[in-house]
Amino acid sequence: MTIHNIYIFNKNGNLLYYNEWNRIKQTGMTRDEEAKLMYGMLFSIKSFVNKISPTDPKDGFLYYKTSKYTLHYFETLTGLKFVLNTDNHAQSVRELLQQIYNQVYVEYVVKNPLIDLAQPIESEIFKEKLDTLIKLSPIYFSKSI
Amino acid sequence: MIVVLNKILNSYKMVIYSIYVVSKSGGLIFNHDHTVSKTENEKSFSYPLDLKLKYENKRIIVEFGQRDGIRPGHVLYEVNGKEVTNRQLDDGQDVFEVLENRELYPLTLKFRRPKMTTNEKIFLASMFYPLFAIASQLSPEPKCSGIEILEADTFKLYCFQTLTGVKMMAVADKNQSGVELLLKKIYELYADFALKNPFYSLEMPIRCELFETNLKSVLDVVEKSGITNI
Repeated sequence: MTIHNIYIFNKNGNLLYYNEWNRIKQTGMTRDEEAKLMYGMLFSIKSFVNKISPTDPKDGFLYYKTSKYTLHYFETLTGLKFVLNTDNHAQSVRELLQQIYNQVYVEYVVKNPLIDLAQPIESEIFKEKLDTLIKLSPIYFSKSI
Repeated sequence: MIVVLNKILNSYKMVIYSIYVVSKSGGLIFNHDHTVSKTENEKSFSYPLDLKLKYENKRIIVEFGQRDGIRPGHVLYEVNGKEVTNRQLDDGQDVFEVLENRELYPLTLKFRRPKMTTNEKIFLASMFYPLFAIASQLSPEPKCSGIEILEADTFKLYCFQTLTGVKMMAVADKNQSGVELLLKKIYELYADFALKNPFYSLEMPIRCELFETNLKSVLDVVEKSGITNI
């Protein structure tokens, strides 16, 4: 099992944070372009899911799976979006995303008065805590081992 | 007791909602709605209305407010038993004028989840095409396929792409098993009854009776007794 990368978007679609752990293939575009493409795709998926759903959706889109990876999506009611790419065997990634939100984002970004919430996150402690949380998670398993 | 049992059965129900076949170029060539879940709500309202309605895309939809199963996004389609078209009633009255007229209350309003028109289905099918492509482009691993399974809280969408680029898609209940195999079976039906039909031209909508009847019977079998019995 492995975790590839994480994207955090705010409600306006700006990339707040990106980090990668085991990413083998790069898209060949700049991070900015890639984030825009990712956000555009998520935005379309959301409206697609809303329309094609047979009954009224509550959480809406949860994840999609391809032959090589799974993209997990978690959106808070305030419009903050967490996107985590893992391999196809990862279990209970949703809980992990929730943990990232309440244990790392809220604690070290929202509760830090010096951070502008609309700007990309530069805080070292946030990066550190996120990295530890990911690496301690059972989903994370480095391929090099 | 029966109510409880029914509730349990309903929570385990296996349902396939609809099937889509999308051509290589992203056009919808076949669509079949197998199970249509009905969400209709009829309720008597007194003045003033405690829902906020707005007129959008030639429909009157609930913008804000939620009660008795009526939720934002639902469409108003009957007022006192008279059908609503655009923003007018059958007898030519403007719906908003009726709703604002205090003397006409209490009013019986009927709401439902909007049904997809054929146009919207074609639109959605062509919308899936770039999503499928971008998903493989954004992959962190090389040689990745497009979206195979997409899950939301109310359904699961399965997509199977054939080597020739035709996509078979199924919208099913989250508990429904064997949908991947079902899609392969549909591919088989497509090969047998659409492609071998001399009156069928490629990339055009599939209007082959045999294909449709066989598909329906396969769907019924899968829902009732699983994929293994085909």
